[in-house]
Amino acid sequence: MAGRSSQSGEFSIEVTDLDTHYGDRQILHRVNLQVRKGEIMVIMGGSGSGKTTLLNHLLGLLSPSSGNVRILGEDLGRLTPMQRQMLRTRTGVAFQSGALFSSMSIGDNIALPLREHTDLDETTIGIMTRLKLEVVSLAGFENLMPAELSGGMIKRAALARAIVMDPELLFCDEPSAGLDPVVASSIDDLILRLRDAMGMSIVVVTHDLDSTFKIADRICVLDRGKVLALDTVEAIRASTDLRIQNLLNRRTEDAELDPDAYLRRLLGDASKPQDGARRT
Amino acid sequence: MSGGTGGNGLATFLDHLGRRVTAGVAEFGFAAMLVGESLFWLVAGRRRRQPVRLRPIVAQAMETGIGALPIVTVLSATIGIMLAIQGIYSLKLFGAESRVTLGVAMSTVREFAPLITGILVAGRSGSALAARLGTMRINQEIDALTVMGISPVRFLVAPPLVSMMVMLPCLTLWADLVGLFAAGLYIAPQLGSTMTAYADEVVSLLKMNDVLHGLAKSAIFAVLITIVGVVNGASVTGGAEGVGRMTTRSVVQAISAIVITDMIFVFMVTR
Repeated sequence: MAGRSSQSGEFSIEVTDLDTHYGDRQILHRVNLQVRKGEIMVIMGGSGSGKTTLLNHLLGLLSPSSGNVRILGEDLGRLTPMQRQMLRTRTGVAFQSGALFSSMSIGDNIALPLREHTDLDETTIGIMTRLKLEVVSLAGFENLMPAELSGGMIKRAALARAIVMDPELLFCDEPSAGLDPVVASSIDDLILRLRDAMGMSIVVVTHDLDSTFKIADRICVLDRGKVLALDTVEAIRASTDLRIQNLLNRRTEDAELDPDAYLRRLLGDASKPQDGARRT
Repeated sequence: MSGGTGGNGLATFLDHLGRRVTAGVAEFGFAAMLVGESLFWLVAGRRRRQPVRLRPIVAQAMETGIGALPIVTVLSATIGIMLAIQGIYSLKLFGAESRVTLGVAMSTVREFAPLITGILVAGRSGSALAARLGTMRINQEIDALTVMGISPVRFLVAPPLVSMMVMLPCLTLWADLVGLFAAGLYIAPQLGSTMTAYADEVVSLLKMNDVLHGLAKSAIFAVLITIVGVVNGASVTGGAEGVGRMTTRSVVQAISAIVITDMIFVFMVTR
């Protein structure tokens, strides 16, 4: 939002004027976002705010309609497949559902990036795997299959797999969703530890307010595909913006202000991208 | 969508038709790309520090090949005997039952063994492949591979492709042997001859070309089964139900592809 600098040294992620469409529908509108090195950026927003789409762009799983995404100084749109693969060994991703390979044991899951990307021998790989399991407090579970783990354990195992290559940049998709408060809070502590101990830049996508305020250095509030605010925790808390306040106080969406648009929707005539109609 | 009701039916029909055709062409292109990319990784993977590994190929080969042995044995024996019975019955009309070995040997080796093996493997391994990839997709495991910098094609498609291309001809060869042997068990006593005489006759009648004809077809079937399974698995949307739907679709498509390709192959090679 502020004047953007292209000094890649300072930022882990730079998103510039990102627009994206799903079919005719525009999902993200001119999103700008910078994540500094060594900070935890929480991307927050309700369902349908476009936060998953934004994450998929950051991961290079989607390509934008316009605008560009720089990860660790590299422009995702300009990389050859080979360079992209190299870049991906420097980032780690913990998916919402864990996305552990169900045909492999936990140990094999975590060891996979090492086996595929390094020439380390099996003993070293074993040690590094157990080390990361230790970090996420799952020591001794390496021989279990993903199906034998609880939800919280799967999330932690996914986190262990994401950090096994000691990435410079870590993405976590809803790390605490669906977990009980105690386990959720232990995952928050884990994320904070990763930043402090390893100096990782971490991007967390979540709708969980408690954990957002606990871990974030800065927060990016997404609403209907736009960046509503991008600021420190205190500034977001103090914000007078009605929509941010609604989000923070768990109030429901404000009422429809445009009766014409409402009527058109009821008549089933809103399949055309009547974009203005959705604005309040 | 507004507009008059008059041309609407036709327009909708054309719209659907167009979408179907585009989707079909896209799927075909996707399949071709998968084959190409798999071959690329097989050849160039090592240089790019992403080799296609032997272990999953062997594991897959065990599952595809060895696991299918019992059922392939049973069915090819059954088909051999069935062909012998039908052959003797129909040739009897001309009083030519003594020539039954020729018909049975040719049709088993050139047609029935590769076809039945292909259909069985499509049902066993093609569907399993589609289901596995579909589940991995809805579980974001394929995304996980991608963001780890591991090519999903290299990791998930190339190994089954290779193992299928090795194992399907092997199974076909086994089906040839079993089918011919079983046919002999019926033919020899019916013609008042011995198994040894029958075996000699088969060996003298069959040319290398006939056997290769069947094996070449089975290698093509292997590619079809794998790619149809992968394409369907990778296009799964809509949760567990979607996995089931695409698995069924992959079996139906693979078997249809096998039978049609068989006909085309025979048409091109035999005349």
